[in-house]
Amino acid sequence: MGNFPTTVKHCLSYEELIQDYPWLARWLQEEKRALTHEYPEYVKIVEVGPRDGLQNEKEMVPTGVKIQLIDMLSETGLPVIEATSFVSSKWVPQMADHTEVLQAIHRSSHVRYPVLTPNMHGFQDAVAAGATEVAVFGSASETFSRKNINCSIDESILRFEEVICTAKQRQIPVRGYVSCALGCPYEGPIESTKVAEVVKRLYELGCYEVSLGDTIGVGTPGSMAKMLHSVKKEVPSSALAVHCHDTYGQALANILTALQMGICTVDSSVAGLGGCPYAQGASGNVSTEDVLYMLHGMGIKTGVDLSKVIEAGDFICKALNRKTNSKVAQARGDYSVHCRMKKINT
Amino acid sequence: SGEVRVNVVEWGSGFLMSVQDGASAGKTLPERVKIVEVGPRDGLQNEKTVVPSEVKIHLIDMLSEAGLSVIEATSFVSPKWVPQMADQVEVMMGIHRRPGVSYPVLTPNLKGFLAAVNAGAAEVAIFGAASELFSKKNINCSVDESLQRFEVVTKAAKEAGVPVRGYVSCVLGCPYEGKVSPDKVAQVAKRLYSMGCYEISLGDTIGVGTPGGMTEMLQAVSREVPVNALAVHCHDTYGQALANILIALQMGISVVDSSVAGLGGCPYAQGASGNVATEDVVYMLHGLGIQTGVDLPKLMDAGAFICRSLNKKTSSKVAQATCKL
Repeated sequence: MGNFPTTVKHCLSYEELIQDYPWLARWLQEEKRALTHEYPEYVKIVEVGPRDGLQNEKEMVPTGVKIQLIDMLSETGLPVIEATSFVSSKWVPQMADHTEVLQAIHRSSHVRYPVLTPNMHGFQDAVAAGATEVAVFGSASETFSRKNINCSIDESILRFEEVICTAKQRQIPVRGYVSCALGCPYEGPIESTKVAEVVKRLYELGCYEVSLGDTIGVGTPGSMAKMLHSVKKEVPSSALAVHCHDTYGQALANILTALQMGICTVDSSVAGLGGCPYAQGASGNVSTEDVLYMLHGMGIKTGVDLSKVIEAGDFICKALNRKTNSKVAQARGDYSVHCRMKKINT
Repeated sequence: SGEVRVNVVEWGSGFLMSVQDGASAGKTLPERVKIVEVGPRDGLQNEKTVVPSEVKIHLIDMLSEAGLSVIEATSFVSPKWVPQMADQVEVMMGIHRRPGVSYPVLTPNLKGFLAAVNAGAAEVAIFGAASELFSKKNINCSVDESLQRFEVVTKAAKEAGVPVRGYVSCVLGCPYEGKVSPDKVAQVAKRLYSMGCYEISLGDTIGVGTPGGMTEMLQAVSREVPVNALAVHCHDTYGQALANILIALQMGISVVDSSVAGLGGCPYAQGASGNVATEDVVYMLHGLGIQTGVDLPKLMDAGAFICRSLNKKTSSKVAQATCKL
C-alpha cells in the first residue's frame, strides 16, 4: 500500500481503513497505476558492432567484409552505426583501414555514421575521409585513463576540448563516451559523483550526447540506478545513453533500469560482437538482437527490423568463423520454432 | 591484466557490497529473495548427457553447502518418459539432507506421490499448463483433466502433511499455441492455489517473455493469488530472463527459480539455452542489496563440478567471466 504507515497497515483491515479514510480507495488506485512503469515510446539504438565490436574480436576482418557488414546494417533501420575509428593503427591495427571503410560504405540518408577520434590528428583524418559525426572517449577512472590512453582524465579532456571546438566550428556533432561508469578493472567501484563530473564536463564542452559505459559489465540494476541518479542531476536524460556490457549477464536488466529512469538511447553490438578484453573468454557488448527483442516485446518502437539484424549477425559470424553471442539469434536458428515464435513476439 | 583476473570473485563480492542500492529506479524491492534451485531436476532432465546417480547426489550436496534453501532433487515421473530421472529413489536416499533446506520432488500423479513419500520426500511439486495444446502434447490430457489428477495428489499430500508447490508452464507463450492469455494463466494459478499449493511458480517455458508481457501476466495472476505465494521461473532462451526477473521483483515477487550453470537447454529450440543461471541471478540480487543466503563462490564450485561431469561449458555468464582460461 505504498507510503501508508506500516503500523497502520498492521492494525487495521482494509474495510476499516476505507470507512475512516474514504479518499484512500482512489489514492490506492493511483498508487497501483504508479507501480507500472513509464517507458519511452521510442528508443534510439546506436549500433557499435563494426567499431567497438570488431575492434575487440580476435580475428581481423578484411575491409570488404567490414563494408558489407555496415551496408547490411544500413538496411535494417538502425539510425546510427559507428563505422570505424581514427586511432593510430599502431594501437588498434583492426581499424587500420578506417579511411577505406568510411569512403566505401554506402551511406544511407536515414543513417548516421560516427567515427572515433581520440585527438586532433584523428579528427582531421576523419574529416578528410568524409566523416560527418565523431566520438570522443573519456573515462571515469584515473587508472583506466592512464593505462588505456596514457594520460589522466583531465589531460584527456583537454585533448577532447580541442577536437570538440574544431568540430563545433565545422558543425560536426560530437558524441562523448565515459567508460568505467559502473566499475573499473583496476580501481574497482567508481563513485557515481565522479562519473557525473566527467559526463558533465563532456556535455558542457559540447558533446550532444554522452554514452555511459559499463566497460567490464560488472554493473547491476542497483549500481545503474545509483549512477544514473547522480548523472541526471548534471545532464538531461535526453542527452544520455547507456552502453552496457553483458560480461556478467546483467546488460538487459541494466538497460531496463535505464529505460525506467528515462534514458532512451541504447548502444549495442550486432551478434554481441566484441569480447571483454579484461576477462578472457567472457562476453562483452550486449547483442543488438537481444535488446531489440526486449524493446519490441515491450511495445517500444526502434524502427529496426530484427530479422534483418539477425541476417547481418549471421553474415559477420560466418566471416569471423564464430558463433553468435545473441540468444535471440541462437533461438531463431531453429527455423520451425522461428515460425511459431513469430506469432508471439516480433 | 593478471591483477584483474586473480581474485575477481572476492573483488566482485566486495565491489558489490559497496554499491548496493536497495531500490532500483526508485521502486522498492524485496529485502530477501528465496532462490529455488532446479538444476538437479529441471536442469539435468533437459541435458542430453545422462549423469550417474553419484554425480547427481554430489551436485545436490554441494548445492546444499552453497546456502540454497530449496533444491529440487528429482522427479517421480515414470522412467519410461524421463529416463534421466530413473534413479529417483537412489538420489533421494543418497543425498545428505541439510537441516533447514527443502528438497521438493516432482510428482505428476498419485502413484508418483506415494513412491516419493516412500522414498522419504518431505515436499512435492505438481505441474500444470496455461495452454491446452501444451498440456495435451506434454502430458496427454487437457488442463482440466490434469488439474483433477493433481487434486488427488494435493488431497493425499494434505493428509500426509506434505507441502505441495504448483508450477504453471507457458505463462508467457506456448510453442504450439503462441500467445497465452494472462487470464488463463491466472485461472490455472488460482486453481492450483485453491487446491492447496502453498506456492505457484509461473514458468516462461520457452523464454519468449519480455518485461511487458511479464507485467501484464503478473497483474492478472496477483488479482487471484497473493503475491507472496508466487514465484517466477524464467527461461533465458531469448536472453530476457534477468530483465523479466527484475520486473517481477519490482512487482513484489520474492521467489525466483533458477538452475546452477544454467543447466537444461530448451527442448523446443535446438541449441538454444533454457533455464536462467543461478549464478547470474544471485549476482544481480546481491548487486541490488537483496539477501539470498547464497554463497556465490560455493555455488560456482557446484556449477564447475557439474559442467565438468557433463563435459560442457557453463551457461552462466558470471561463471564465464570469472573463469581463468
